[in-house]
This record gives sequence, C-alpha cells and structure tokens, in this order.
Amino acid sequence: MKLKRKVATALLVALTILSICPAKVASATEVNSYTYNYDFWGIEYESPDAYTPVSYVDGKALGTTSMSAPDSLYARDNRLFVVDTGRNRILELLVTDGELSLTREILEVKDDELEVKTLNGPMDIFQTENGDLYIADTANHRILHTNYDLEVIKVIYRPVSASVDQGIDFEPTKLVVDRADRVFCLARNVNRGLMQFEASGEFIGFLGANEVVFSMADKIKKMLSTRAQKEKMADFMPVEYNNIYIDDLAFVYSTSDNFKTEEADAGTAKPIRKLNALGKDILIRNGEYFPMGDLQWGDSSNKYGPSRIEDITAFDDGTYYVVDRIRGRIFGYDEQGHLLYAFGGPGHKLGYHVNPTSIEHVGTDLYVLDSVTGGITRYVRTEFGDLIHSALDEYSVGNYEKSAEYWKEVLARNGNYELAYIGIGRSLLRQEDYEGAMEYFEAKRDDDNYSRAWKYYRKDWIENNMGYVIIVLVVLFLIPGVVKRIKKMRWEAREQYEYELKQKNK
Amino acid sequence: MNMNLSRKINKQSFQKFLDSFKYAFYVITHPFDGFWDLTHEKRGSLAVAHILVFLTLMTNLWTMRYTNFMFNTVRWERVNIWTEILGLLAPLLIYCVANWCLTTLFDGKGRMKDIYIGMAYSLTPYILITNPVTIISNFVTIEEGAFISYFDVIALGWSLALILVSVMQVHDYSFFKAILTFIFSIAGMMIIVFLLLLFFDLISDGIGFFISLYKEIMYRLY
Repeated sequence: MKLKRKVATALLVALTILSICPAKVASATEVNSYTYNYDFWGIEYESPDAYTPVSYVDGKALGTTSMSAPDSLYARDNRLFVVDTGRNRILELLVTDGELSLTREILEVKDDELEVKTLNGPMDIFQTENGDLYIADTANHRILHTNYDLEVIKVIYRPVSASVDQGIDFEPTKLVVDRADRVFCLARNVNRGLMQFEASGEFIGFLGANEVVFSMADKIKKMLSTRAQKEKMADFMPVEYNNIYIDDLAFVYSTSDNFKTEEADAGTAKPIRKLNALGKDILIRNGEYFPMGDLQWGDSSNKYGPSRIEDITAFDDGTYYVVDRIRGRIFGYDEQGHLLYAFGGPGHKLGYHVNPTSIEHVGTDLYVLDSVTGGITRYVRTEFGDLIHSALDEYSVGNYEKSAEYWKEVLARNGNYELAYIGIGRSLLRQEDYEGAMEYFEAKRDDDNYSRAWKYYRKDWIENNMGYVIIVLVVLFLIPGVVKRIKKMRWEAREQYEYELKQKNK
Repeated sequence: MNMNLSRKINKQSFQKFLDSFKYAFYVITHPFDGFWDLTHEKRGSLAVAHILVFLTLMTNLWTMRYTNFMFNTVRWERVNIWTEILGLLAPLLIYCVANWCLTTLFDGKGRMKDIYIGMAYSLTPYILITNPVTIISNFVTIEEGAFISYFDVIALGWSLALILVSVMQVHDYSFFKAILTFIFSIAGMMIIVFLLLLFFDLISDGIGFFISLYKEIMYRLY
C-alpha cells in the first residue's frame, strides 16, 4: 500500500515536471530564426541566422524630417548616401561602429551658370574615389557631376545621337562610374541597355542590351498571324534593368525582371547579370539552380510569382547580396552562384520589409532601404555567417585544409548546409583522399565534383591493382582460344573414334 | 516407369522453355523471320513472355535504383513502387487489348496470346541494353557517361521497331497496314484509358450518391 502511494506520488511529480518543461523548451526555441536555404531538390531548410537585424533608422531618428519614397542607397568607405526622392534631397550619413549620424543634407548644387540648382526627384548618387559626386537628377533630366563641396564640374543632358530617341525626356534613374570616370546609367524609357558616357560627358553608346527573348513558338505564331497582328507584335520590347552596381574590378552587376515564368519555375531565370566591358553576361551559375531568389513561392496576400530582384551589392570576395522587392527577402550568393542563405520577409517588424528598394554594404554590415516605411535596416553578420565567409575566403586563396576546418564548424551549427559538405569534399579532393571526397559529394549530389574524385580514385585503383588487371585481361584474351582448341581436340577424337568404329564394322 | 516418363516430359518441356528463351535472341536480330516463326511455328511460349515482361518491369526499377546518381535524378522519397510498376505494365497490357480489338476487325491473324508474346519478345533489347548500361554507369565519369542517353534511345528505338514488325508478322499484314494499325492501336489505348477513367468516375459518383443518400436518410430518421 505504501509502495503504491510512493509510486503514485512519484508519477504525479514526474507528470507535473513534464507538463511544465515543454512550455519552457518551446519558448527557448522561439528565437529570431528566419533564415533558410535550399537543397538539391529546391526544398527549403531552416538555418541559423547568418545576418541578424540590429537596428532600424528613419528620418526622424536621424534628426531631420521623415523620408518620402527614398529610392537608393550608396556606400563609399564609411559614408552612406540616402537618396530621398520624394523630398528632393540626398542625405549623407556617417557610419561609426554601425551607428548612423547625419552629416549633411544635399538639396542643391553650387554653380553660377546653372538655371536650376535644386534637385528634383533625384534617384541615385555615386561617389568616386576622389570624392566627386554624380547625381542622377531624374526629374530635371540631367546627371550632375560635382566635387565633394557640390561645385558643379559638368552636367550630362540627353545625348544628341541617332541611337537615342530625341522625343523622349532623358530621365536617368541609376548610375555607376568606373575608375576611368566613365558613367554607366539607366534611364527611364530606354531599353537598349546601359547608357555609357565618356569622362568628358560624351555619349559612347549602349552596353549590355537585354537579350530579346524570341522562341520557336513566337516564330510560328508570327508566321500564322496577319499583318495587323504582326505590327502589334513588333511592340514587344525587352524589359529595362532595375538597378546596377559596380564592383572593385569594374564589373557591372545588373538586376532586371526580364525572365519568363517558365524559366523561374525551372530555376533557370537570369534576373542577375554581371557585365564585362563588352556588355557580355559573365555571371557564374554553377549551382543546381541559377541565382534568382526564391525557388518556391506561394501566391498570397498580394504577393505573386517569383522573386523580383530590385537591387544588388557585391563584396570584394565575389559574394553578392540581392534584395527581393515582392517579399522583402535578401539572398546571399557566393562567387560560383550558390545560394549562401536567404533571410527576411514581408512585414513591419525589425528585419522585415514592405518595399525594399536598395541594399548596400559597409564593411560586413548590410543596409537595406525600405521606400514605404522610409527607413534603413542594418544587418550584422553573425558567427555563422562569418564562418561561411571565412571558409569561402580560405578556399579562394588556396588554404583548402583551413577552409575545411571552417566548413566543419559550419556543419556543427547547421547539418543541412550543402555548401559545407561540398567544401569539405573539395578540400579532401585536394588532399587526395578521393574516397572521402566522393562520400561528401554523393551526400549532397554534387555530380561534377564526384565525377572528378571518381576519376582519380579509379586511376589510383587501376594503378595499384595493375597486376590483377593484366591477369584478368590476359585470361579473358586467352579463354576463347583455349575453348576453341579443346573443342577441336574433342572433335578430332570423335572423328578418330568414328573412323575406327567404321573400320571395325567393315 | 511412370516416374521416368514424367521426368522425361519435364525435361522435354524444360528444354522447350530454354529453346523459346534462346529464341528471343534470334527474334531481335532476325525480326521478320523470327516473329513469323514465333507465333506460326510456336517457337515462342507464354511462360517466356511473362518472364520477359517481368524482367522489363524489374529493369525499369533497377535502372531507377542502381544508375549512378550522376545520371539519375530519381527522388526515392517521392517514388511509389506500385505506381512505377503499373505505370509500365498498364500501357503494355492496354496496348495488347487495343491492338487485338483493332486487328480482329481488320483480318488480323493473331490471337490475343500471339500479340502478347510478340509484344513481350520485342522488349528484349530494352532489357539487354539497359541493364549493362546501368552497371557501367557506376564506373564512368560524367564526360564518359554521355553515351548513356544514346543507348537509352537505341534500346527504345529497337524495341519500338520490333513491336512494329511483330504487328506485321503476327497478323500477316503489309508494312503500311502494320504502321497504320500501330498508330491506331495507340489511339485505341487512349480511348480505352478514357473509357476506364469515365467508368471509374461515374462509378465513384454513383457510389457517392448512394452514400450521401444513406447519410441524409440517417439524419432525417434520428
């Protein structure tokens, strides 16, 4: 009886503890984890945060009026420019230890000859290494080139050229400047690519025209249609670029919405391009899927279709980050075009965006500008993100073993991280452990690398077992001859026997 | 004495089975001669036909399972093995039925059994080519594996051509009549599938009607 009571008490205590514990565990796991990644099959997996939002700063917090439809961010060293399009101004901010403070507001430029000195609906700004500013003064139909003190050096208006439609206003929206002071700009209603200007301001031509997508089906449709229909079809025009970014090596990254839904469904859309000096797309797309944002999407809450890449920022190590204006997500890619991680989402909480229009980086921090809320969100790289970048960096400089160490650290934090497996496999491959490498590659179905490892493994195996191989080959070569010989001998013996039998019977 | 006889018969029938099995190799290399003798001279057998169909189904599964992942994007979590088997077996059987329906109307000489045997023997190249390719796929690199798709095409093309010849020889048709019959057999297959779907749909609707009627009555009564 006593024992029974004891057991009952123990059970009751255990039950009480059990019923309390899960609630505690649940609240402990409820951290701000909203980062994910895609596997070989295009299925998303949760991941620890690689970037975490730390602060949100709007116009009021900077000590000025609130921003209205800000369109662009630009970072140079520790200066961050915010183009506040709706208020016709540009804010120059100073970044000190991640904190933003207002340096000055740019409302107008200094010049004696210019008729209109104020900015009107500016959409982009660029600062060169020597401090000169280039401002896309969109509604004033001009690009202003000033020194750091805003004294105008030159102004670029609509170029007088046969290839530029003279009936349309010149409305530059985005611009970048390379080291030779050549200006590349996107302009509204111009869909032949980037407009390229010489340092003198002279128009050179277009760069990287978006390919016209013209399929066999279109051709057949054209063959079957009447002249009136054909004339209507001629209106089909390639879409404009959304944004451009120039990296350290003067490659221009561009983003656009110019892809078909089927391409997005198949994971082969090309919203991101990297243009060389000839305007050719040289972005590396070695991943199972092209860099294109989300691979899976649901249509709900007015958010339809694939990601629309609005802006891009590229790090010196070749990784780049893009922002999706539909769902307010940020996607990081490595130099080879593999997705590093995706994070963010639509909404008003910290780390979520309503309509992000621009992304920039200062150091390893990311800054994302939201044009609806008019504020800048700062993201800081976590330990997990640092490990990934260290691993990538070590591999790119040739420290394969060190890179593998970092990847192992990454795996300890996220066992689903595909690139870590492939990274360890690649380092094993360099260390000539082919069998181990094959195991890692097969786990994540990296067929190219697996094939390479297998090739070496097979070569080694054949070299080590050359004796057996030769013996087997020789035996295989000899067997038919031996069999033939034996058959012949048996046949001869039978012939002999039958002959003797015949002789006997005679 | 009796036992001896039965053993002798067994041995004979086994020999016949072996012969008709070996005959498959003759058929695929000499299709015109082969298919004629297959049914008219009773060189083929139903047992061997069953085995060939079974091997075809297994080959399909083996290919999915054992081809190296470099050349294989089967996702096993999503595979239902019965769907895979039925997905191949059903078209083969429906082809036989459709072909029989058609040829009975147009002076075909072949019976259902002959059509089935002809179809089964036509699958031999698929079995013979695909399985070695599956094995080899585990010993080659990606660049060397380019041949795999070629061999797949060859295997399918060969088998299809054999089916065409089997229609021609089994029913004693001319070449063009055979091609027409083959094409219309495929149309017939679609009609059969359509009718089956219609049938099952109607039946399930009918059953659903009675179930809801029963439920309604139950609600009213209680």
